[in-house]
Formats: sequence, structure tokens, C-alpha cells
Amino acid sequence: MIPRYQTILFVVLLVASVVMSVVLWQLRERAHQRLIAGQDSAPTQAPQVAPSEQATLLVANDSDSSLLAQIQSLPLPLDPGARARAVLGKLLDLYAAPDAAHPVPGGGSSIAQVFLLPAQTQIPATGPDTGPNSAPNSTNSTEPKPGMTNSSQTGPELAVVNLTGAFVSGHPSGLETETLTLLSICGTLHANLPRVTQVRFLVDGQSRATLAGHADLTRTYLTADAAPTEVTHP
Amino acid sequence: MKMNRGCSTARRKPGPFKIGSISAASSRALRGCLAVCVVVTCVAASQPAVAQAPPAPVSPPARFLVVLDAAHGGDDPGGRLSNGQPEKTFTLALSIRLRSLLGARGIQVVTTRESDATVAPNRRAEIANHANAQACLSLHASESGSGIHLFASSLAPAQPARFPAWKTAQAAWVTRSLALAGVLNSALLHAGMNVTLGRIALPAIDSMTCPAIAIEIAPERVPGHPSAAELDDPAYQARVAEAVAAALLEWRTEAHQP
Repeated sequence: MIPRYQTILFVVLLVASVVMSVVLWQLRERAHQRLIAGQDSAPTQAPQVAPSEQATLLVANDSDSSLLAQIQSLPLPLDPGARARAVLGKLLDLYAAPDAAHPVPGGGSSIAQVFLLPAQTQIPATGPDTGPNSAPNSTNSTEPKPGMTNSSQTGPELAVVNLTGAFVSGHPSGLETETLTLLSICGTLHANLPRVTQVRFLVDGQSRATLAGHADLTRTYLTADAAPTEVTHP
Repeated sequence: MKMNRGCSTARRKPGPFKIGSISAASSRALRGCLAVCVVVTCVAASQPAVAQAPPAPVSPPARFLVVLDAAHGGDDPGGRLSNGQPEKTFTLALSIRLRSLLGARGIQVVTTRESDATVAPNRRAEIANHANAQACLSLHASESGSGIHLFASSLAPAQPARFPAWKTAQAAWVTRSLALAGVLNSALLHAGMNVTLGRIALPAIDSMTCPAIAIEIAPERVPGHPSAAELDDPAYQARVAEAVAAALLEWRTEAHQP
């Protein structure tokens, strides 16, 4: 003879199992509906191809330590940050070519992001002292996002160029070659985005002491410095 | 000091001394002694005036000191040259060679490192600043480019300050650094080398309080030829070192001119 309390317990557990099964089935259905709804919201139109525009690239030449302006036609997005990244990507593609006058491996993918921020009106000659995370936030308290810019901003801008670690580790070491790379990036940014007057560099989102052992990456570079250097020959 | 003590004795004793109580010979001796003390007093009193006189017209030769900074070292090998040699080894060898050449020409030299040791950029600047040198050269080498690259600090010239900021201490010396670059440029061109002048943000020289130049030696390449002179060519190294030494001799002459 089964005791009465055991019968009641069995019935309660059976009812609980049935209820839980129903709830699980409903949760599964809801998840399935959400997945279908997400697929419906996915873009179905192809992205617009930006029209080709002329961009000015300041291309470095190791043989005479010069920066030569080159006009290139390439598709440029409207967003200033994406535009800056596209222009710099083209510049580094030229440097990665086999017959480059300033050979630097890496190519266009070496520019991870370009942030555009309002520039400080007065900057110290060497830029603010850097901690591991201080560089982008030293001029703006807000966290920068890729391509972020203030459309109402009409004053000078600071470009923060985030380079990839692979590019920096593969960059040739030397005073001249490192300086030419940085100056050509600064000059190219200013030639295509005239409001950019200051440039800072990050590597994989972090501040770094030098590019490849020589050129200082902790300071703020002025685009006005990116003029061709004097060359003398015997 | 002894003269001062004699002086006080001569002033104190004549009053209470009783000459009549001693013999005439002793009295003469004491008078002679007093006369000597008076003479010594006068001489001692006249000595400070002699010390305050202007120095002799013959001045010692002005001190001229050069700081040679062999870049990299220890944990920091720098760039890798075409023969596999690290940049730190090349710069150290060049520093030692230059030190010998300058020493033979009577120029004092202070080096930032004499062995394969790690020296931080701030320490290099400290050594240069403590030496109070008339020229500071940071030696580098690279496979990129051609000839000799001379770099002065990219800091904007500024007026000297009593307490300059560490990272921009070179700003007060940029004008002199550019003048030194001009002297080096002339000497290297005279030696038949390609020279490129530029400005750079280099932490080591940006903190130096002396005319400071970074010299980067690259292979000498002539268009149409594979390479006129490689970095491991002893003749090329000697030519560069001789030209730099000649430039520093010229710089010493300019520094000593009023």
C-alpha cells in the first residue's frame, strides 16, 4: 500500500515537470522568433560605392629624404575619419609596393583607426606625458570612436592615428626612415583634411615610446612640420 | 695665519712692556724684534690688496669638451645592418674611433657608454648635461637612405630659462645645434659624402643642454651603382670619423672666437 503523502508528492512532481516542459517550449519558440526577426533586419542592399576623388599623398623618398606630393584618384567615403583612414591606407599601400622609394611592409591594413578630435589651442612642445592609456584622452574626456568627428566643429582638429602592432614591428629602424614615415602621414592628413593640424600616434590602441627604436611616438606632431627637408649634395 | 698671530702680538705688547728692567742688549734685541713685527704687520696688511688686484693677463686655454653618445646598447640592439651586425655594435665602434681621433687632437671627450650596456635616454642626457659640453653627438646607423643624415631637434627655439623643462631643455640650444649641423655638413661635404639635414623628435637629444646633433650613417649609394660604400667598409668608417673630427676642430675654433 503506497502512503498517501507519497502519492501527493508524485502528482506534484508530475505537474511541475509538465509545467516546466511547457515553459521551455515557449522560451525556445521566442528565441526562434527573435532569430528570425534579426535576420529580417539585416541589410539587404549593397553598400554604396564611394565616388573616386583626387587625393594628395605626400610620398617619402629615402634616397634624398624628401616628401613628394602625388595626386591619386581613389574612392573616398564622406565620413572624415573613414576618409582619413582610406587616404593613409593608400599611402601605406605605396610604401608596401616592391619598388617603393620608401619601403615599409604592411600596406593599407596597417591603419587600424583614425580618430578626429578637437585640437588643443596650445600644446606643449613634446605633447603631454603619456601613460599607457592617456594619449587619446588627453585632449578630450570622451572616449573616441572610429570615425568620430564633430560636424559643427570648425576649428583645428587633432587626428589620432592608431597603427597596428604588425606594422610597427615590421618597420625598418632608423632616424631618417622613421621620421619620413611619420611626416608623410602628417602631411597627407593635412593635405586632404586641412583642419587637421596636430597628429598623435597609437599602436594597437596603446601609447608607445618610439616607432622602431628612434622616432618619438609620445609627442604631438604638428602637420606644419611635414615639409620637405633640406637636401644637399656634393 | 702665522702672520696674523704675529700682528696681534705686536699690537698688544708694546704698552705694558717694561724695557728699563732688562739689560741694554736685551732692550736692543726687543726693539729689533718689535721693528720686525711692525714690518711684518705692514706686509700682512698690504697682502689683501694684492689679492684683490685683477688677474694676470695670461688666461688658461678655454675648456672644450665633446660628448659622444653611442646609441642603443645592452637590451636595445637598435636596427639590424645588412651584414647582420646590430646597430649598437656599430655605434659603439664608431664612438671609440671618434674618441681616439678627438683625443689625438687635444679635445676632451665624454662617452655615454664604453661597453655593450643599456643606457636609458634620460641617463644619456644627464651625462651630457653634467659634462657641460660644447658639442653632443648621438651616433646612429641605418641601412635606409644614403650617406650621412644629420638631425637637429625639432623643438622650436626658445629663450634660455633658469629651470628648463626636462623634455624641452634642448629648445634653448636649437640655434647652436643648427649651427653645429652646418659645420658638420660642410666638413662631410668637403669629404665628398652625401649629406641630408633634417629635424627629429628624439628623446635623448631633446633633453640635452648643449649643441646636440644626431648623426645617422647609412651606406653611400650612387644611382646606377650597386653601392659605393657599405657600412662595414673600414675605409668608409674612417672617412666619416675623420670628417666628423675635422668638423669638431672647426667648431672648437668657432667656439673660442669672441
